[in-house]
Amino acid sequence: MTLEERLINGDRRAVARMITLVENNDHDAFEILKKLYHRSGNAYVIGITGPPGAGKSTLTDKLVKHIRTLGKTVGVIAVDPTSPFTGGAILGDRVRMSDISMDPGVFIRSMGARGHLGGISQGTSAAIKVLDIYGCDYIFVETVGVGQSEIDIVKNCDTTLMVMVPGLGDDIQAIKAGVMEIGDVFAINKSDRDGAKRTAREINAMLDFSSKDWRPPVEMVIATENQGVDKLFEQVEVHRQYLEETGNFQQRRFDNTKNELIEMVKHKIVGQLMDESYKQEIVNELSDRVAKRMLDPYTAIDTLYDKVIKQES
Amino acid sequence: MDRPIRVLVAKPGLDGHDRGAKVIARALRDAGMEVIYTGLRQTPEQIVNAAIQEDVDCVAISILSGAHNTLLPKVVALLKQENAEDILVVGGGVIPDEDIPFLKESGISEVFTPGTPTEVTINYIREHVK
Repeated sequence: MTLEERLINGDRRAVARMITLVENNDHDAFEILKKLYHRSGNAYVIGITGPPGAGKSTLTDKLVKHIRTLGKTVGVIAVDPTSPFTGGAILGDRVRMSDISMDPGVFIRSMGARGHLGGISQGTSAAIKVLDIYGCDYIFVETVGVGQSEIDIVKNCDTTLMVMVPGLGDDIQAIKAGVMEIGDVFAINKSDRDGAKRTAREINAMLDFSSKDWRPPVEMVIATENQGVDKLFEQVEVHRQYLEETGNFQQRRFDNTKNELIEMVKHKIVGQLMDESYKQEIVNELSDRVAKRMLDPYTAIDTLYDKVIKQES
Repeated sequence: MDRPIRVLVAKPGLDGHDRGAKVIARALRDAGMEVIYTGLRQTPEQIVNAAIQEDVDCVAISILSGAHNTLLPKVVALLKQENAEDILVVGGGVIPDEDIPFLKESGISEVFTPGTPTEVTINYIREHVK
């Protein structure tokens, strides 16, 4: 049987192999995805993000366990950082997911961020599609701990769940741009700790200023005790309902797709820039001249664009 | 290298000592590999399930409890049952020399005992993954 047939038949090894192949930019794997893409789009994709140590993996574990009691199947993609120096990574999110690791209705996959342009990028997006084709009803994408690239998660998912914890900083943290703006649902984890109520109050105050239609709810949870998890999932479902009833669901998927296509083109162009040695020589030569102040970078870019990218098209 | 080698570092059985496993995990990471670590007290079934979902090239089992003669061959047998015998299985930990021939017969490719430089393990994995 071909890999394609095995994937459609729900062979777990085929799913795992497909993810490896797309992660490694394998040409044949993308040919398979081209053929099967029409089968995807049925899974509801939930992004989980937040600072390191907030309890993203533990909360994912408990949420998945809860969804399983509703008879739905789940895929989990857990992303951990890759060393920019060696390319190596320690992927440890499974440690917190032992409750669900043996459930045949759950497929967990750890991925290294691999320093792709944009953090969560092609590999993760493609892995989401593979799990979608495999037939998962829900797919969780857990990001690496907080940073600017976190914002990429929104471009891949239907609902973004922001996991916060008490005691990370004063309320100025809550009004900084970026990370706080991407949450559709907020969870204050470890809410039995000192300052949890204050954190919730600050986040709520910040969210009250938002002028968007959707006012993200804030839920107090204690993931390790499984407290508040079902309520939190209800809020995810409320957000889903909101998206579907207002037509924002199609809009969001359109925005996501558009973003993804643009990212993929960028990726391809950057690839083209370096794919042959004569081009690398041009890049090296220009870099050298710019570094020595013999040339300014703006002219260099025009030269590079004309010599390399334009020639190809 | 085209793609990073993926290794599952697994701790089966009941001993709670994972310093060795973490040292190995870190050494493999520094050698440019992607290391999946699943935590303490994993059953052979959990280890094999993770190995399959993660599509690893190698399962590196660390064991200090003395139950290696039971647990390590079980992992190999379960992998075979899942048609995943192409995955390289290596072991490490406090394992008496006289047990090593039996483990190798049972499908453990290599056993690394205390004092093995991490380089040796890294090179072995690099040379033997398929």
